[in-house]
Amino acid sequence: MMKTFPIGGIHPSDCKKYSKDSAIEQFPIPASVTIPLSQHIGAPAVATVAKGDKVLVGQVIATAGGFVSSNIHSSVSGTVTAVDDRPDAQGNMKPAITIAVEGDEWLEGIERDGAQKSLGSLTAEEIVAKVKEMGIVGMGGATFPTHVKLSIPNGKKAECLIINAVECEPYLTADYRVMLERGEDLLAGAQLLATAIGVDKIYIGIENNKPDAIKYLQALAKSQTNVRIVPLKMRYPQGGEKQLIAAVTGREVPSGGLPIDVGAVVQNVGTALAVYEAVVFNKPLIERVVTVTGSTLASPKNLLVRVGTPMSALIEYCGGMEGVGKVGAGGPMMGRAVSNIDAPVTKGTSGVLLIPTEDALRQTEGSCIRCAKCVEACPMGLEPYLLSTLTQRGDYEELEAHYIADCIECGCCTFSCPSYLPLLDWVRIGKAEVMKRMRERAAAKK
Amino acid sequence: MGSLVTTVLVVSGLGALLALLLYLVAKKFKVVEDPRIDQVEKMLPGANCGGCGFAGCRGMSEALVARDDISSLYCPVGGGECMKQIASYLGKAAAEREPMVAVVRCAGSCENRPKTNRFDGASSCLVASSLYAGDTGCSFGCLGLGDCVAKCDFDALHINPATGLPEVDEEKCTACGACTKACPKHIIELRKKAPKERKIYVSCVNKDKGAVARKACKVACIGCGKCAKVCPFEAITVENNLAYIDYAKCKMCRKCVVECPTGAIVEFGFPPRKVAEVEPQTAKTE
Repeated sequence: MMKTFPIGGIHPSDCKKYSKDSAIEQFPIPASVTIPLSQHIGAPAVATVAKGDKVLVGQVIATAGGFVSSNIHSSVSGTVTAVDDRPDAQGNMKPAITIAVEGDEWLEGIERDGAQKSLGSLTAEEIVAKVKEMGIVGMGGATFPTHVKLSIPNGKKAECLIINAVECEPYLTADYRVMLERGEDLLAGAQLLATAIGVDKIYIGIENNKPDAIKYLQALAKSQTNVRIVPLKMRYPQGGEKQLIAAVTGREVPSGGLPIDVGAVVQNVGTALAVYEAVVFNKPLIERVVTVTGSTLASPKNLLVRVGTPMSALIEYCGGMEGVGKVGAGGPMMGRAVSNIDAPVTKGTSGVLLIPTEDALRQTEGSCIRCAKCVEACPMGLEPYLLSTLTQRGDYEELEAHYIADCIECGCCTFSCPSYLPLLDWVRIGKAEVMKRMRERAAAKK
Repeated sequence: MGSLVTTVLVVSGLGALLALLLYLVAKKFKVVEDPRIDQVEKMLPGANCGGCGFAGCRGMSEALVARDDISSLYCPVGGGECMKQIASYLGKAAAEREPMVAVVRCAGSCENRPKTNRFDGASSCLVASSLYAGDTGCSFGCLGLGDCVAKCDFDALHINPATGLPEVDEEKCTACGACTKACPKHIIELRKKAPKERKIYVSCVNKDKGAVARKACKVACIGCGKCAKVCPFEAITVENNLAYIDYAKCKMCRKCVVECPTGAIVEFGFPPRKVAEVEPQTAKTE
């Protein structure tokens, strides 16, 4: 029996066929990039350049605005043309740095030959410092600053590192291509991460819809005795941190707790690669692999894109907007609809998904028929129909009592609802309000 | 026969005993409540709208009776008349406030503000605003999904199907403020009620720079400041590319309405202008 997480989950069609066989391709550098100052969870970065400044590729242009924050580096060389508010993918004005591209000059010290290097003997502190300096964030989409995750809190002990190679989102193939094309670097990155948190055991969880990746990594990892490839039964949301820990180790993260409470640290494939490049080549997080996919596209691709490149350029490159009714940043389950396709690719953009017009709209909403399909589908064991109703009623105390704060916003409830109720839309509102109240309460206690 | 007598005795004995118990409990745990609270509650409109800041009229009446100084308490639904009546009953000084009315500060109808995309989530402004900026180029304006209409207890707000914007029925609006709290974009404001339902206000909340705002909406305030210059009463301030008319200072001379290049400043309830150039008139306010 192949492993998977214990409760809930759904089985959507994986739709990876569009882009899974196209090798990672370097996307040409655009004429200008817009780099948002808030590409991560936590405090926005603080700009250190001004209009008119010349910058090089890899140069710091904004420094972390707190511990839970991240440095931002220029992804191109050229002149800063503006430091102001620009509309993000959802149309909200957010501070950003705009740079007009001139050539492609890199900052000294960044090695670009890409040759495999020995990892040497780095201490944990050195690795974490490097990760922090190079602005690495979780690249699965949540963009949590990686150095924070690697700083194990006092009194806690990490026992294993889990590399999240699940990529359970339908359509996305960025991580899959990285595994096939950069397998060795990925494993080296995983070893660095393991050193950083002081553990010996590394698990790499991969779903069984990627058999060639499983086989390839197993072959590579033969010589590395501390690495175990764990094939997992395909099921969404297996790539959720808590679900992956449960699938791989059988441990359950307690309600309100963190993975470290059960001794696990989870890092995404893209993050492991970025850490490898940061530590070994001194390369900051300035580009990432983005899957541009959809059934309407002439040539869906996996592109290596500089941060700040407009999404519209990628779409144009892969076949254009014809027949497209909706654009999403990220996968179809957890990605967000994009209302402004000229918005830039950020550190967390794992994919640009084009949905054809006929599939773009939701079905007409009916009434709850109490079938409990959402309860069955919820991987956190919550009752989405109830949380949705309570949110509409504004009963936040009751919502907290029903553990709304544990919701991982995976969307299984909305996906499974036969009445097409927008369950997650409401649950998200309720969760945000309850979390706000919990934070206020905690602050008042201090 | 004997058993009947016993039954009657036992039951009446029990009855008497329990009655005594109830009497003692009632005596011991008696809640002394000011009878005036009930009276005051009767005088209040009984809408339980929460416009006063309390959960309902009962909470308000308790506070009215308990506090010595009730100048901070005001029932917008009952208004000055109601407050005066209650104050004279309680022998306290009534709060006096000008009657207010809710005003929707957005004129971004489908015609003025073309749609750039379509929202397809739960039909709620709160949900929409948590997900993105809106279905037009303006990220500040009305989303038109009617959270304010749903919150109005007085049937005073309705979405006009022609414009897609909510409209206030001034007759019914009690200025309870529920809509101002329900609107996630903070478009609805309570403003001073003028006679004959006259109103002058900046019908825009867009803080974008002029060019950006104008591109998104024909009737956006572009923050040019012409209105502030022409206003003889210094009632208009321009901040963050947006003009605001202070209703306490505005004398409704309508000069700014003429001056506004985009038509973002609107007037209601005035007689039609005779000539293009309006003579300065100081309309009587109260």
